[in-house]
Amino acid sequence: MRKSIEEKMNIDALDIYGLSEIIGPGVAAECLEKNGLHVFEDHFIPEIIDPATGEVLGPGEKGELVLTSITKEAFPLIRYRTRDVTSLNPEPCACGRTQVRMARISGRTDDMLIIRRVNVFPSQIESVLMGIEEAEPHYQLIVHKEGSLDTLEVQVEVLERFFSDEIKQLETLQRRIKNEIESVLGIGTRVKLVEPRTLARSEGKAKRVIDERPGRGETH
Amino acid sequence: MRVKQLSIFLENRAGRLDEVAELLGAGGINIRALSLADTSDFGILRLIVNHPEEAFRILHEAGFTLRFTEVIAVEVPDQPGGLASVLKILRDSQLNVEYLYAFVEKRAASAIVIFRVEELDRAVGILQQKGVRLLSSEEVCGL
Repeated sequence: MRKSIEEKMNIDALDIYGLSEIIGPGVAAECLEKNGLHVFEDHFIPEIIDPATGEVLGPGEKGELVLTSITKEAFPLIRYRTRDVTSLNPEPCACGRTQVRMARISGRTDDMLIIRRVNVFPSQIESVLMGIEEAEPHYQLIVHKEGSLDTLEVQVEVLERFFSDEIKQLETLQRRIKNEIESVLGIGTRVKLVEPRTLARSEGKAKRVIDERPGRGETH
Repeated sequence: MRVKQLSIFLENRAGRLDEVAELLGAGGINIRALSLADTSDFGILRLIVNHPEEAFRILHEAGFTLRFTEVIAVEVPDQPGGLASVLKILRDSQLNVEYLYAFVEKRAASAIVIFRVEELDRAVGILQQKGVRLLSSEEVCGL
């Protein structure tokens, strides 16, 4: 989308991050390198934590962004949990600025699932599917409990023009999606191919996740 | 000598197969031959029908994922070793068979078997050269 805006309007489009609880837009912004958003560290202290344990994570590690305002006087916030998922990169930027860069927000901790003690964000699965030409980025996650083990099933729509008449080709696709998701999540998953247009579309809040584990009747 | 087969992707979901059969029945489509390949998650229904284009339109409008696949309809002597004799010709020419299934009906002393093979043109040439009769699309649809 950025590329199409830039081409049509002949401009550089830059990402700006902020949240109304702090100051609205202006907590972090991209430079012309477009490789991460510099956090204005003279006003805000950013930290990344593990949303489940609260433990502070190191550079490059993905987790929840926590912000502390230094210069706000009327409504200071200390270690405010944004629920936004990103990572911090302290390496100097090619633009010359030394302020730490945060990655684009990749999800919300509200969506986070804990499966076999591993934090899983639906956005991670979405980005894997975006990279697979034969599959639609429409998916549904179903979490079960079998005995004492959590299981994750990912239902993926097959793109009509890639539908093959041969079982082995569809199974190869199924395996490829499974392998790629597993290498990103680090936990075993079951991938199920479903017919196109059968999963809910992301109009408003789509039911992306169905958690059937006892005591978690909620859907996201 | 190629015959149009409908290949339909089916999720393992109750009633999905019934739906195909009912839609085709309501549309006046007669199924001439069929095979269902399945895995634990999904299946592929392969059909030879009397009006392939019309059947495609009906199922596509009903939201099914399907495509045409080209296959050949081979007349196989209806006697012990009949199928083996045709398979041997293909094997001797290093032609792989992806799948095959039989027609319900018989034509005189022969059975009709639908073959999906690699390199369809080469397979047609070799089989005809060896005197194996292949049925045309019109013959198959009219059976």
